[in-house]
Amino acid sequence: MTNTIKEVQNSECMFIIGSNTTENHPVIGAMMKQAKDKGAKLIVADPRRIELSNYADVYMQIEPGTNIALLNGMMNVIVEKKLYDKKYIDDRTENFEELVELVKEYTPERVAKICGINEEDIIKAATIYAKANSAGIYYAMGITQHSTGTHGVMSISNLALMCGNVGKEFGGVNPLRGQNNVQGACDMGGLPADLPGYQKVFKEEVVEKFEKAWGSTLSTKVGLTIPEILDGCEDDSIRFLYIMGENPMVSDPDINHVKKALTNVDFLVVQDIFLTETAQLADVILPASSFAEKDGTFTNTERRVQRVRKAIEPIGQSKPDWQIIMEIMNTLGYKKKYLNSSSIMEEIASVTPQYGGISYKRLEADPMGLQWPCLDENHPGTPILHKEAIARGRGLFMPCEYVKSAELPDKEYPFIFTTGRILYHYHTRSMTGRVEGLNILAPSSYVEINEITARKMDIKDGDLVKLSSRRGEIETTAKVTDIIDEEVLFMPFHYAEGAANYLTNTSLDAISKIPELKVAAVKMEKAKKIEEAL
Amino acid sequence: MKINIDNKSYEVANDSTILEVCKLLNIDIPTLCYDERLTPHSACRMCLVEVEGAKNLVTSCSTRVRDGMRVFTNNEKVRSARREVLDLLLSNHPMECLNCEKSGRCKLQNYAYEYDLVDGTFKGETRKGEIDSSNPFYIYDPEKCILCGLCVRVCDELQCSHAIGFEDRGFDTIVATPFREGLINSECVSCGNCVSVCPVGALVPKSLEKFRHWETKEVRTTCSYCGVGCQIDLKVKDDKVLGAQPAFDGVNQGLLCVKGKFAYKFISHPDRLKTPLIKKNGEFVEASWEEAYRLIRQKATNIKEESGADSFAGLTSARCTNEDNYLFQKLFRAVIGTNNVDHCARL
Amino acid sequence: MINMVIDGKKVKVSRDSTVLEAAKQVGIDIPALCYDKNLEIVAACRLCVVEIDGKNKLETSCSTKVREGMNVNTHSEKIDTVRKDVLQLLLDSHPNDCLTCQKAGECLLQKYAYEYDVNFVKHDGAMRPHLVDTSSPYILKDDSKCILCGKCVRTCSEVAERQVLAFADRGYDTRIVLDADQTLETSSCVSCNRCVTVCPVGALIDKRTLGKVRSWEGEKQVVKCKSCQYGCNFEVIKNRGKNIAVKAMEPTEGRPLCLRGRLTTEFINVDKPEKPFRKIDGKFEETSWTKALGLEEVMEKMELLKEDE
Repeated sequence: MTNTIKEVQNSECMFIIGSNTTENHPVIGAMMKQAKDKGAKLIVADPRRIELSNYADVYMQIEPGTNIALLNGMMNVIVEKKLYDKKYIDDRTENFEELVELVKEYTPERVAKICGINEEDIIKAATIYAKANSAGIYYAMGITQHSTGTHGVMSISNLALMCGNVGKEFGGVNPLRGQNNVQGACDMGGLPADLPGYQKVFKEEVVEKFEKAWGSTLSTKVGLTIPEILDGCEDDSIRFLYIMGENPMVSDPDINHVKKALTNVDFLVVQDIFLTETAQLADVILPASSFAEKDGTFTNTERRVQRVRKAIEPIGQSKPDWQIIMEIMNTLGYKKKYLNSSSIMEEIASVTPQYGGISYKRLEADPMGLQWPCLDENHPGTPILHKEAIARGRGLFMPCEYVKSAELPDKEYPFIFTTGRILYHYHTRSMTGRVEGLNILAPSSYVEINEITARKMDIKDGDLVKLSSRRGEIETTAKVTDIIDEEVLFMPFHYAEGAANYLTNTSLDAISKIPELKVAAVKMEKAKKIEEAL
Repeated sequence: MKINIDNKSYEVANDSTILEVCKLLNIDIPTLCYDERLTPHSACRMCLVEVEGAKNLVTSCSTRVRDGMRVFTNNEKVRSARREVLDLLLSNHPMECLNCEKSGRCKLQNYAYEYDLVDGTFKGETRKGEIDSSNPFYIYDPEKCILCGLCVRVCDELQCSHAIGFEDRGFDTIVATPFREGLINSECVSCGNCVSVCPVGALVPKSLEKFRHWETKEVRTTCSYCGVGCQIDLKVKDDKVLGAQPAFDGVNQGLLCVKGKFAYKFISHPDRLKTPLIKKNGEFVEASWEEAYRLIRQKATNIKEESGADSFAGLTSARCTNEDNYLFQKLFRAVIGTNNVDHCARL
Repeated sequence: MINMVIDGKKVKVSRDSTVLEAAKQVGIDIPALCYDKNLEIVAACRLCVVEIDGKNKLETSCSTKVREGMNVNTHSEKIDTVRKDVLQLLLDSHPNDCLTCQKAGECLLQKYAYEYDVNFVKHDGAMRPHLVDTSSPYILKDDSKCILCGKCVRTCSEVAERQVLAFADRGYDTRIVLDADQTLETSSCVSCNRCVTVCPVGALIDKRTLGKVRSWEGEKQVVKCKSCQYGCNFEVIKNRGKNIAVKAMEPTEGRPLCLRGRLTTEFINVDKPEKPFRKIDGKFEETSWTKALGLEEVMEKMELLKEDE
């Protein structure tokens, strides 16, 4: 997030696109509803009529995969009506003309057809957004998990820049990060091209710095992303795979492919707190401690670094992850020892400019933690990014054309299949699946089917249905609803039984390598009941 | 603006209530229905104070300070009015502190002690009602409810779910879902924010194990579910996590969702992995850490010799701490010698 | 060491322990109200009953010695029923006032009632008479809350020159008295607080903590009394940033506890200590701290020395 969570409550205008906030970031979702109660304007674009859409001034039920068309359409209206922030554009951005040129083609009339919505709603949404003194855009995987995900993000940034909303309180471009420490895992260099602090592995001065700090020789070759690693496991170019706290056997697209890869790899180490579907394929399983049993820090979606504190002793012989990794480093001949997680943070601060001023001492002193960039021990942290000036100097407009999703419905696979999360479960349910109450509230996998579609196909709520795509097939329970369009099917991906990811497409965004989990083509039929099958 | 409180003069900002001013000055005023995040309700009447010149005592939560105001927060008139309020509440409250789950964290109990009320003196009919235990995570006991309305207002104003409200009138009033269909059949999303604010034992979580509040310690930490980073206080007894309470001074401002509030229960689940496991002939066999490390070293050494560092890959975790992640990528880069490190940021 | 089985687990315990002590050694807590490891065993409360293989009756674990090969169960339906009955009987003649009782949070009767899910029930039967001795500024004695465990009598009798507390009357009328039924003020009680520290319920309360803080509030810090070489342990209770009271801890390892030590500890540690009292001819009289701590001569000498300078 360029801005902070606490601004949400006092927003003037919020545009939610591709985020089911009340289910996936419930506390932020509640704050959005509070803002609405206090008079904020709310614009929602989502293929499902999610809870927030009930409160919206404008709700646009767009077809999955058409975000960029919608955003370009809104910008078209803003340009036509001259509602953009001219002074801001002149002072702080570049390349506006090229954007104007591109969005000319995206008339509300054309966009309405692409997205399957009303022309008036596009105009109304654009007008509300542009006329607000400050307006924040909030998005999540509904924007990013497309083969055009990066372009989706750029289009959001174009819209925000055009109305002067970047670097402004209550405004900003605000991706809501899904997992507790996905921000931190990225910050810490859990990416194939980035050392901690997004310092590139192929830059000479960077590598030199880290070689000196770590006392070893580093590779300057950009590493492989998850999909490439899985391909490598299948073609034997990857022989040793170490998975910590992840469950790709449920979370990754095309599970049949994942299974082949993980079964084929020579040696698989899995470190986790439970025997997950992925751990079952391991050669060695290392028992890790849960968050309640260790010290450390998480970085939340607004870049806030906060303490995790040990509440109880590790269960059984389990150990905190950092300790296991350190012991493996030592066993492989690297002699560095860390006494505690605080001393690791000292090393992080010494090599990561954004974390330069972060220490456990400061985090203890302030219950609110610190927001990076926090450059040195006297730096107060940075609540709003790009406030004084855009980080790169000037904000660059990156015009992006709308491109259709990689796999579109056809005669054989007539439905658009899209996936997501629900309030009562978390990721692959390795934790929430072991909480009895949550299993009472959300016991098993289901697919949302529009009531008209269901009637046409003679499917009733609770019926067993069979879904298949070009990659696999599953059986699941029908949930007949009116919150989804007739040609769209939605499934939560949490459940290992009837897992949505047997069907999803591995097609990737060329830049970020994110899989297109939000759009696949599937067919549906009523599943035979067990007695009939016999 | 100058005001006088309990015969001491203070300079205060205008535009605040007497209660807010006193809070800043560390002057304790008892409240049952007040919550700084909500609009004042003036229902419980515990926060009554005397303002010189005013005919009656005023509720400090809803009365704004005026220049030259003289306030008495704790004189006998005020104390006896509060005692009256408590007496009425206690007269309609079950005497179950012996076994009440809230005992030790109950505001009614605390104030009864402070104002020296051993029991209610208005003995007559008491409120009757069925316990609603339909929700898997918490119960509502109308007999213990003091109708402060905090739960209703938190549900309305902060969680904005509007799942519960006051039903019936006068003596029979209870907090209930529309048409009394039960919590499980309502708009309730089990966030438990009502449970977190209930000052008495009317809304209490269903716990894994029985415990008394005075047997626990609280540990502030960050919730391990989504990226909001809510601050929570874990309740710990005998090395077990038995509850979670939202922090008011964190980003979440006293709010949580169903996962943060109740889904800590996985921590001590019997399925937790407790020893390293090595697969032998397709079966997992318990192993020592030394054995597991030895095997990893053997395999790593062989594979590195045969196929080089780039035949290694690691998936780090968006679930783990920064320190865990930092060391994980360092292991691959500085010790093994490859940049093949990625994680599920995109999922 | 001997081998035995407790709750199905094979354990090794020291040869001369009782079953209750043996269970404790292996981490099993058997509930008990009248048992105290520092006092003579009386097996009066019957809460600590257990099943021992080969015995028909339940046995009190506090008074039964372990034997090689003994097989003990500390929990069963039969045992729990007895314990519930014992607790119910006690609650039936106990006032329902945990709401404000000073002992709440530390009370063993409350602890076990919660564990065994036994509640107060309304009944028309007899209750213990509401006799409250408020004559002392140091100790409050509330007979209505007494469960007659006798710990106070036993701890008082351990100090030869004290032996103030004793049982009186019989049956349901049994009660604890001072000397020949005197009050705390008129008796020979020296306000040492030994009885207060062992009372499992709210029958004997340190009056100088009364109404100040609940057991679950505040922070507690253990300090040693500096009055004499015994160095008895006291808890200093801190609430909202202020040291508000001290509380004597159980007298162990020959430490006797005394009023002077208590007052000294209170004077040193409490931010605003209450006025001290001295008992003179069977009457409590307010006094100065100099007198209460026996420092008259010291203070006089100091004044003299100051004048000299």
